[in-house]
This record gives sequence, structure tokens and C-alpha cells, in this order.
Amino acid sequence: MATGNDLRLIDRVWPVVAVVLAIIVFWYLAAVYLNTPFQRDTYERAKVENVSFVTHVKDTLAQKRPVLPAPHQVVSEIYDTTVKKKITSKRSLIFHSWITLSTALLGFVMGTLLGIVLAISIINNRALDKSLMPWIIASQTIPILAIAPMIIVVLNSIGIQGLLPKAFISTYLSFFPVAVGMVKGLRSPETSHTDLMRTYNASSWQTLWKLRMPSAMPFLFTSMKVAIAIAMVGAIVGELPTGAVAGLGARLLAGSYYGQTIQIWSALVMASILAAALVAIVSLVNRLVLRRMGMLA
Amino acid sequence: MLSGVPYETRMHTTATPQDSTSVIRTNNLSLTFETNDGPVHALANIDLEVGAGDFVSFIGPSGCGKTTLLRVIADLEQPTDGSITVNGVTPEEARLTRAYGYVFQAAALYPWRTIARNVALPLEIMGLSRRERNERVRRNLELVNLAGFEKKYPWALSGGMQQRASIARALAVEPDLLLMDEPFGALDEIVRDHLNEQLLKLWEKTKKTVVFVTHSIPEAVFLSTHIVVMSPRPGRIFDVIESDLPRDRTLDIRETPEFLAIAHRVREGLREGHSYEDTV
Repeated sequence: MATGNDLRLIDRVWPVVAVVLAIIVFWYLAAVYLNTPFQRDTYERAKVENVSFVTHVKDTLAQKRPVLPAPHQVVSEIYDTTVKKKITSKRSLIFHSWITLSTALLGFVMGTLLGIVLAISIINNRALDKSLMPWIIASQTIPILAIAPMIIVVLNSIGIQGLLPKAFISTYLSFFPVAVGMVKGLRSPETSHTDLMRTYNASSWQTLWKLRMPSAMPFLFTSMKVAIAIAMVGAIVGELPTGAVAGLGARLLAGSYYGQTIQIWSALVMASILAAALVAIVSLVNRLVLRRMGMLA
Repeated sequence: MLSGVPYETRMHTTATPQDSTSVIRTNNLSLTFETNDGPVHALANIDLEVGAGDFVSFIGPSGCGKTTLLRVIADLEQPTDGSITVNGVTPEEARLTRAYGYVFQAAALYPWRTIARNVALPLEIMGLSRRERNERVRRNLELVNLAGFEKKYPWALSGGMQQRASIARALAVEPDLLLMDEPFGALDEIVRDHLNEQLLKLWEKTKKTVVFVTHSIPEAVFLSTHIVVMSPRPGRIFDVIESDLPRDRTLDIRETPEFLAIAHRVREGLREGHSYEDTV
């Protein structure tokens, strides 16, 4: 059994490693290609001639403000700004990551709760189904980049500052998949399962707790995987109009002001690592919950 | 469609129609579904009486309304015409007092609940104490020979065992009336025979009234005290056969002339009710 699992683990890891390697190779090639024009200009200005190919490649991968930083530049930037900096420092990427992460998590929790509450209201009330659902869908057609500054400004003017306004933007994005997924999930029980509740003269709350909610669990977790990833996006977008004070979004904005492409890319990589980790955690909880419920063999 | 009322719908399944022990009584009951293709007469002019302790089978081809009739009794469908009483009250009132247990064709066990917790489900809804619930779960799982499977999840059980668990769940409510909608229809014949025998023993032991929907002639004849032969378009009662077989039966009885005579009469009824005709 253990060997079987190991084999399966290897089978699962190899494709991922292969893809990552391919991406890194492609990234290096692209970095050399994209940074070559600037490097040529530099050589020209310095009147350097007859540069060997190897030196040229090395130089393109070691520019201070490259068009596309090489992977090792990003890695060393991340290393410098995480391990080598105090967490309390404004230059620490961990400090900024934590701000974005806490915003995203708060927004995700509020969004998930809001989504569940909306879904329950919708399946219990035909009028709400007709009146609420179009607005829920319409809410997502508004570009978040347009509405985010408004939310920040409006909330600021009534005295709500700090984490909460940014978290609301995450909530605004993440409630949607949860609401839609839960409506589908709460309506997923078979007719015989709902008929059974009717024969027991169960109240709608009992039907909700004992039948609809458990049936909806797989739908909830699928929705939550989408929701937590876009909660991260929401948190980053929410940090842009706050004047680039703190957070990964602020790092992105500051980086683009000063042409610090390495800083931008390290923030980007950090954001995607965080998002991937969050999705992985939701997947893990999903497996644990479904196993606990006896729905995974 | 044109003739409307078949010749034998006036027949009652108990000797004394006004007997106060009748559990189900319908009077000129009809149910018409309005569909996009026009009205569908699922049930037409059903007059039926089921006495306490009877084992009544509804038999007929698909579309004869046998399941619909069972669902009307269970208040899962509402009749469009006529009247029906269950335990002397409307089906809705009967349902609200949990007067019956319903067994579906699919076991309809909740996959996230163990067998014991599935059986406990109606008891939780009824608000019984944990002690009472555990006691009833134990007793009813024993009754269907599923003691020892309490902690198993439904997927770990065979189809026949799942259906037995769902019967235990229906019995746990302790109703006097058991409504069963083709409970063994999805099982193979060997398992079905075995469960038929067990069901009969259970019925003997518990003295419940059973209404049983089936499309199997041997099953209907083997189990029932009364066989209601139904025919389609519109769904109606064609014949009611009172079985004179002894209550205490084993599977061997299916070889006897008495058994075969009743089976023959059921088959004749189905043929005369145009059940074997090809229709569009």
C-alpha cells in the first residue's frame, strides 16, 4: 500500500516538474531575447565591441532594470526581501504578503458567508430567486478596477479605514462563486431524498441542515477554491488606490513607478505562491471534510 | 379513454366496506397532470379500500398510475378530483402525524450518514431523545438482519442490504402503515426472492398494513392478501383479487396450483386491461 501511494505520488509529481522546467527554460530564453536591445545600447554607449555570446547572455541576465528579469534574479530578490529582512521592515516581502494575505482571508471569509446566506435565501424564496439573482450576476460585470477606488474612497469618507475597505473588495469578488455554487448545491438533492423529508414532516430548516447543506458540501468547496484565489486578486487590487502604502499590490505599484521590474516580479511570484497555497489548503480541507462525512472512500 | 370507468372498480378489498378498521379509503379519486401535450389522466375514478393488517399490491404496466396512487396516499401528490382518507383523515393530516413509512425504489439513503444514522434520521426530525433513537435503531436494524452494520456507510453495502436499511428506516418511525414503491425493483431475482420472504415474515411479526407497488406478478401474488390490477390510459383499477393463500407462506408456495391460479387471473386482468398492447 505504501509503495502504491509512493508510485502514485511520483506519477503526480513528474508532470508538474516537467512543466515547471519547461517554463523556466522558456523564461530564460525570453529574458535573453527581451533584454538584448537594451544590452546592445549599453554596449554601444560604453563603446564595447566584440562581446562574446556567453558574456552577452550573462549580461542580459544581470541587468538592474531588465524588461524581463531572469528567474534567478527574482528568486534572489525574494530571498533578500524575506529571509534577510526583519518582518517588521517596510522592505520585507513577508510584511507586505501578510497584509495582503490577511485582507484576502478576511474578505474570503465574509464573501463565503455572504454567498451561503444569499444562496439559502434564494432557494427558500421564489421572489428572491427572481429578484436577487440578476443583481448578483450584474455585480460581476462591473470592472473591479473601476469600482475598487470608489469603495475605498467612500468608506474612507465615513471613517472606515485600514483592512476592512480592502477586504470588502475581496468579498465583492469572492461571494459570487460561492453564491452560485451553493444555489446549485442546495438544489442538488435527488427527488427521493427531498420526498423522504416531506414524509417525515420535516421543517424547511431541518431539510436545510440534514439534507441540503450536506449535499451542497462538494459544491461549496469547489466554489471556495475559486473564491479564495479571486479574494487574493481583490486584496491586491484594493491596495492599488490606497496610495501604495503596504501590501503586495503596493509593491507592484511602487515597482512600476520606479521601473523596478525585479521587485514587481518578485511580488507577482509571491502572490501566486500564496494563492496556490491557499487553494491547496482549501483542497486539503475539502478532502478531510468529505472523508469525515464518509463521501470519500 | 372513452369508456372511462371499467367494470370492476366498485370492488372493495375488505368484506365490510364501512368497517372502521379501514386504513385507506378512496372515493372516485382522479388525478390529471396538465402537461404541454395536453392533460394526462394519471388516475381516473379510483375506488379502493385497504383494511388494517392487509398486504395490498398495486400491479400494472408503467403508466398505469400505481406509483402515483401510492404518492397520493403519501400526500406527495394531490388528487384533482374525488376524495381519499388515510386513517380516517386527509393524507396531509396523516403525513403530518407521520402515520406511514415510505420506502422508495432507490434506497434513498443519505451517503454522508452511516447506516445507523440513516435509520436515526426520521427520529432526529421527530425530536426523540438520543436513548430512544439508539434503542429504535438497534431494534429495527436487528429486524432487517443488519445488526453489526451500524457504522458502515451506504456505499459499503450491497443493493439488497441498502434496501433493507431503508426499510428499517421506514419502520423506525413505528407507523402502522408501510408504503413501498417497487422497493425490490432494482434488485436481481435471487436477492428479491430472499427479501420477499423476509418482508413477509416482518409483516407477520409487526402486523402492519402494507401497500406495495410492483410490476412483478410472482412478487405480487406471493406477498399480497389483495392484488389490485391496474391498467393504463387512464390509470385505473381493473380488478381486485383477494388471495386465499395462507398468511404463513414460503417460496415453495409458488409451485402450487392455488398460487398459479391467482397468478393466471392477474395475468388475464392485465391482458384485458390492455396492458400488453403497444401504444404510441
